[in-house]
Amino acid sequence: MIDKTMASPAAAVADIFDGATVMIGGFGTAGMPAELIDALIAQGARELTIINNNAGNGDSGLAALLAARRVRKIVCSFPRQSDSQVFDGLFRAGEIELELVPQGNLACRIEAAGAGLGAIFTPTGYGTTLAAGKEARRIDGRDYVLEYPIGADFALIKAQRADRWGNLVYRKTARNFGPIMARAARCTIAQVSATVELGELDPEVIVTPGIFVQRVVSIEEA
Amino acid sequence: MKRMTRDEVAARVARDIPEGAYVNLGIGAPTKVANYLPADREIFLHSENGLLGMGPAPAPGKEDPELINAGKEPVTLLEGGAYFHHGDSFAMMRGGHLDICVLGAFQVSAHGDLANWHTGAPEAIPAVGGAMDLAIGAKQVFVMMDLLTKGGESKLVAECTYPLTGIACVDRIYTDLAVIDVTDAGLRVIEMVDGLTLERLGELTGVPLALAEQPA
Repeated sequence: MIDKTMASPAAAVADIFDGATVMIGGFGTAGMPAELIDALIAQGARELTIINNNAGNGDSGLAALLAARRVRKIVCSFPRQSDSQVFDGLFRAGEIELELVPQGNLACRIEAAGAGLGAIFTPTGYGTTLAAGKEARRIDGRDYVLEYPIGADFALIKAQRADRWGNLVYRKTARNFGPIMARAARCTIAQVSATVELGELDPEVIVTPGIFVQRVVSIEEA
Repeated sequence: MKRMTRDEVAARVARDIPEGAYVNLGIGAPTKVANYLPADREIFLHSENGLLGMGPAPAPGKEDPELINAGKEPVTLLEGGAYFHHGDSFAMMRGGHLDICVLGAFQVSAHGDLANWHTGAPEAIPAVGGAMDLAIGAKQVFVMMDLLTKGGESKLVAECTYPLTGIACVDRIYTDLAVIDVTDAGLRVIEMVDGLTLERLGELTGVPLALAEQPA
């Protein structure tokens, strides 16, 4: 019997290794897998490369992972926010590397990795400093920038419900990067509010089919 | 000469958004445009974090931390609205499916280059978000900005000095003093506030301007 559910967040993240590339879902705190991040902090892996839209909010979740000095590099589109003080301090001190990627390029580079593409030509960023030094090509009269896929060793995402085969449905705008990150990592770990019996998720509305999900952890709603 | 307020400019932008349009309102002043969309027009608001059919802010106490807009503020979803992931959301933008986006700006050049994401100051931490995708993706890019900085410098310029967001992407500029189209033939002034002349507008901006043949 295939059962992807794990006993705890700690068990789900136990093999994340030093130097790993880890995608973390969420847009701000919506869809951020807070309990998985807490487990990763407790587990202790270091020198991580993190892929997220932002660079942490407040003092919890991703911000706490940064504050614990576990992150060598972050790939994101919007690090600077009113409550990104943890990242701001590390960045100004030169203690974290930043790769700034336009949000849509971040999304389609993640999609490219999950879809097995070698690269993409995107119009976003052409002629700007974020495309400096990158190959450009004019196709049908429009200018594009060559961008490479962004894959990961692990993806930590949050969904609403799962079954033991790893099929996922999401909730509202917490969906954001979850479905595309799930496809782009070798090991995708989903924290969910509830695990349901096989067959309870309507196959017509499953957003992430279980083939993209390796582990599921149910987190009791507070 | 009386400048238009931020709200008056927002109301002016709203007048140009037709029924059935798919529209993204950028973070900041452009979000005010939503307050002036006429109730008798069905207009689809897109938020790049993953929703179409975005409604107004919820009543106090009804906020849902998993129902937010691109500015991470709580919003609502209208009947008929939909949620989707970031791949789909940016396909809507990059793929030319959005009819209009309304963006703020630091500078717009005479040929429609847009600078709105970074001042280029060495101590500033850069953040770009979806600005570059909106700039090159929407069928029409409207900019909403004060014409002059607080120091009196024109934000409409011959060439942008701030880092670019997109090249030749702006279609129309709504400011507190004038509404100006960016055309292949150059900048065309559609409207000016009472008491302002084309000559004075030219002095303020230092860029070549002409009156539009047919005011909108």
